[in-house]
Amino acid sequence: MSALSSRDWGNLALCAIALAIAACLPWTAGAYGLSIGVTIAMYTVLATSWALFSGPTHYISLASAAFFGVGTYVTGIGIQYLPYWTLLPIAGVSGAVMAALVGLATLRLSGVYFVIFTLGLAEFVRQIITWSQNISGTKGIYVLTSIGEMHIYWQLLGLAALVWLLGWLIGRSRLGFALRIIGDDEAVARHSGIDTARAKILLFMVPGAVAAITGAMLAPRYVYIEPSLAFSPMLSFQVVIMALLGGTGRLWGPLVGVIPFTFLWEAISVSFPNQTTLLLGVCFLVIVYLLPKGFVGLIDLAARRMRSAEGYV
Amino acid sequence: MDILITGLLLGGTYALIAMGLNLQYGMARIMNLANGEMLVAGGFVAFWLWTGSQISPLLTVFVVAPVAFLLNWLIYLIFLRPLVKRAKSRGQLEVDSILTTFGLSFVAVGLMLAFFGGDYFSYSYLSEPVHILGDTYGANRVAAFLAAVVVCGLLWLWLNRSRAGMTIRAISVAPEAARLVGIDVRRTAALAFALGGAVTATGGALISTFLTLDASTGVIFTLKALVIVIMGGVGDVRGTIVAALLLGLLETFVARLIDPGLTLAAAYLLFVVILLFRPQGLFGRPTT
Repeated sequence: MSALSSRDWGNLALCAIALAIAACLPWTAGAYGLSIGVTIAMYTVLATSWALFSGPTHYISLASAAFFGVGTYVTGIGIQYLPYWTLLPIAGVSGAVMAALVGLATLRLSGVYFVIFTLGLAEFVRQIITWSQNISGTKGIYVLTSIGEMHIYWQLLGLAALVWLLGWLIGRSRLGFALRIIGDDEAVARHSGIDTARAKILLFMVPGAVAAITGAMLAPRYVYIEPSLAFSPMLSFQVVIMALLGGTGRLWGPLVGVIPFTFLWEAISVSFPNQTTLLLGVCFLVIVYLLPKGFVGLIDLAARRMRSAEGYV
Repeated sequence: MDILITGLLLGGTYALIAMGLNLQYGMARIMNLANGEMLVAGGFVAFWLWTGSQISPLLTVFVVAPVAFLLNWLIYLIFLRPLVKRAKSRGQLEVDSILTTFGLSFVAVGLMLAFFGGDYFSYSYLSEPVHILGDTYGANRVAAFLAAVVVCGLLWLWLNRSRAGMTIRAISVAPEAARLVGIDVRRTAALAFALGGAVTATGGALISTFLTLDASTGVIFTLKALVIVIMGGVGDVRGTIVAALLLGLLETFVARLIDPGLTLAAAYLLFVVILLFRPQGLFGRPTT
């Protein structure tokens, strides 16, 4: 790792200021604004951590809902026995362990197997939990805490800051370098002595842990937890769409996708509640055919045009 | 015994669906995740024709198959061929086609929700008892199984005995070499894709005679078909049939002996075991 240049310090300071401004939202926005803020913060965390893994490796993970659901259940069950603050690390560790197991089973194989495996994972865990609830006779779980929207929002912001910091550190580390090579050409990576499976599994543990912690943080918001809510498969697809819409090439890319998509989603689900799946489908097609690099690609293109117009290139 | 036969009957219909996906993924090299929606659409047509004008689902097949063939042909030409053209590597094509077919599947679900609503649909066709070896089964299950056997048999004969079938097998084994011997790979891939869609829709029309479907169940069938195709070996017709029968048996065992809510979990566990021990499929040879 090389020393930080003055530009790095400047960027870090800018990020800190932006975060501080974002943290003031609970005082400036109303209840509705804050609830949108929580949603945006939640998807920012999920999409950014998703892009950390799927961006360089091109493996499309649909496991977010599974990790998220496990996190909500950690809070749901654990809150009766343990203080809230110990639950977040427990959720993180269980998410990471689960991700490592999934990775061990599939990341040595081709991408298609990984997609199918992660697609089925949430449904699998959901069926197991529903079944064990049927046997034990309990239905849902109530999560009654004094944690309000405001606290959830600050926690999510803190987590987002952590994810960005982690992504930035990975980008500067040997692991990040190895991943960029794997993304370009896996055969080359293997021949130059990179343990590709190990690198991928290690990296996959990041979105696993982060999604589980996010789930644990959001459990108090739902109040009542049941399997079909905690493991909603839609969540995985929304995360994928938002991250790809923004672009996975940059650390801040997913954020650019999350904000417009959240507003669009809110607008559609208020006026045409049955058409959200159609919207999701159309977004997928738009990404593949029109925006293969996401909004980040567009921004980069515009920046390049401007520079060449000014005669720098 | 009862469980065995029910499982085999279910597996026979699964074989048909998985065969459709295998034609698309194994031969045309497109991982079609909108496969289940094609199945549900086939089921919808059968439901609609039966409740509307009392046309037997076994005859509906003759309408569903050509329409699905045409529809899938168009999907291939409009959405997938541009991706095949622009893809630099097989991995790139895989990622693009996964995203596109996910998009198509969501669009299909959205459209079906808009036209038919989110209700479950089922109808009773041939729900008379049939006696086999001392136990009774629904006649619709037996009829669907027999129809599936006929379609699978015809497909197998066609793939193995006809020239067109041979070209399809050729592009599945060696797309580059197939071009050298004068096979139009692009046309044949489109043909295989369209045929796969037609087979799946046929399976949907048959399965709707005894299962309850709704607009959003497609993804479950996609998942099952994927598990079967991977277990049987990509591009391997015989393996697909064996794997489908195995899955049918397993699901019936789990549903009867443990809990009907766990069938997908069982299919998924089977998939995990296959991935861990035989990722090349039941009859596949390990690749280096």
